[in-house]
Amino acid sequence: MYGNAYIDPNEKAAGILAGEDPQKLAEFEARIARGEKIEPKDWMPKEYRKQLVRMIEQHAHSEIIGALPEGTWITRAPGFRRKLALMAKVQDEVGHGQLLYSAAETLGKSREAMINDLITGKSKYSNVFNYPAFTWADACVIAWLIDAGAIINQVANAKGSYGPYCRALDRICTEESFHLKYGHDNVVTLATGTPVQRKMVQEALNRWWPPIMHFFGPSDKISNHTEILMRWKVKMATNDDMRQQFLNMYVPKIWDLGLTVPDVNLIKNEETGKWDYTEPDWDEFKRVINGGGPCNAERLAVRRNAEERGRWVREALNTAESKYIVPLA
Amino acid sequence: MIKSLDPRVNRASIELENPIEPLKEMDQWETFEVFHQKKRGDQHMHVGIVHAPNADMALLFAKEQYGRRGLSVNIWVVKTRDVFTTDYDDSDIFETVPEKQYREAGGYKVMDKINKYKKSVKA
Repeated sequence: MYGNAYIDPNEKAAGILAGEDPQKLAEFEARIARGEKIEPKDWMPKEYRKQLVRMIEQHAHSEIIGALPEGTWITRAPGFRRKLALMAKVQDEVGHGQLLYSAAETLGKSREAMINDLITGKSKYSNVFNYPAFTWADACVIAWLIDAGAIINQVANAKGSYGPYCRALDRICTEESFHLKYGHDNVVTLATGTPVQRKMVQEALNRWWPPIMHFFGPSDKISNHTEILMRWKVKMATNDDMRQQFLNMYVPKIWDLGLTVPDVNLIKNEETGKWDYTEPDWDEFKRVINGGGPCNAERLAVRRNAEERGRWVREALNTAESKYIVPLA
Repeated sequence: MIKSLDPRVNRASIELENPIEPLKEMDQWETFEVFHQKKRGDQHMHVGIVHAPNADMALLFAKEQYGRRGLSVNIWVVKTRDVFTTDYDDSDIFETVPEKQYREAGGYKVMDKINKYKKSVKA
């Protein structure tokens, strides 16, 4: 599960193509325009490689860190069947992380370097995972609506231009459909249950709505990169378009259950066909993504602890004759 | 010590400030390419990679990663460094020409001749 790669909107877009061979660049862009995929050893502009590494790496980290708030609830999930289902989902998320690290590696950044950048806080991951899952209902809302958002993003990106990323996303999307059904089933159970259960799921929805609105990233109107990234099919839809698509698909489903969305301005504008909503608090988003959220420090400390405690096993298994080369595809 | 909502994290007694040595090169081992067969009679298909310290572990990880759902009857792994490949830059070696129709089924059209022959016999 994952939102959109976060790019600092203040980063300069000018000079992106400086020093690139114009003929190779034209061939590269023509290939993408024809709908052909780019494969790892093809020539590519430096900026294409850089943005893809950043995006796929962030996506991988999000899968790994995203397993933590949900993993919280494995021991306390109500009933044996839900425990098994949640374990399967968490295992899927970690598996997605592995697939995505592999795709990013084909661009030349080693998995060790990516993990180091995660645990030192240098790399970002999806901001939603810096919030806690207070109750079982929070875990249900995450599994339904965060995964729903992730599917919108991943289905779009699976049509992108970089072969290894598309292949990883195709596998991931298949598994996400189980997550979405599982999450919906859990939310429906609570929403059609006792008054206490309904209250619990409504409160969880109220807590998660702002992070869900943040999920697709800031409005593209303030990003310098959008145009070229869309031409290169690194980005397949604008953040605002994906947010609209999410609202269109899921707000009616939320309302069907008699739940309310905590935004008095949320309404489908009949004239434009788009949803009006209160602009999310982007200062809060920036504060949290830069380390100021309620769980940032815990998430990274848990991750560092896992790396450190597993280190002796990994070292004991290593052999002198092992030799790393970049994976093929 | 972390005060977490997660009872497992509390039981693990993790310090919030716990800087660690960065992972060294080869910490995550080398990679193996994975080939997966869905059912008997199918071709094995390349499905991706796993990182592993040896072939036995690679098979174990490949089973978890690529054989977790749906059909599977068999998996192969091979070290990435043992795979030989052509270059995409040389993909013109696969180009063909219209004159090579003689190696295609579509290059052989006989109905015209047969029909002409039948007509001539009738006449």
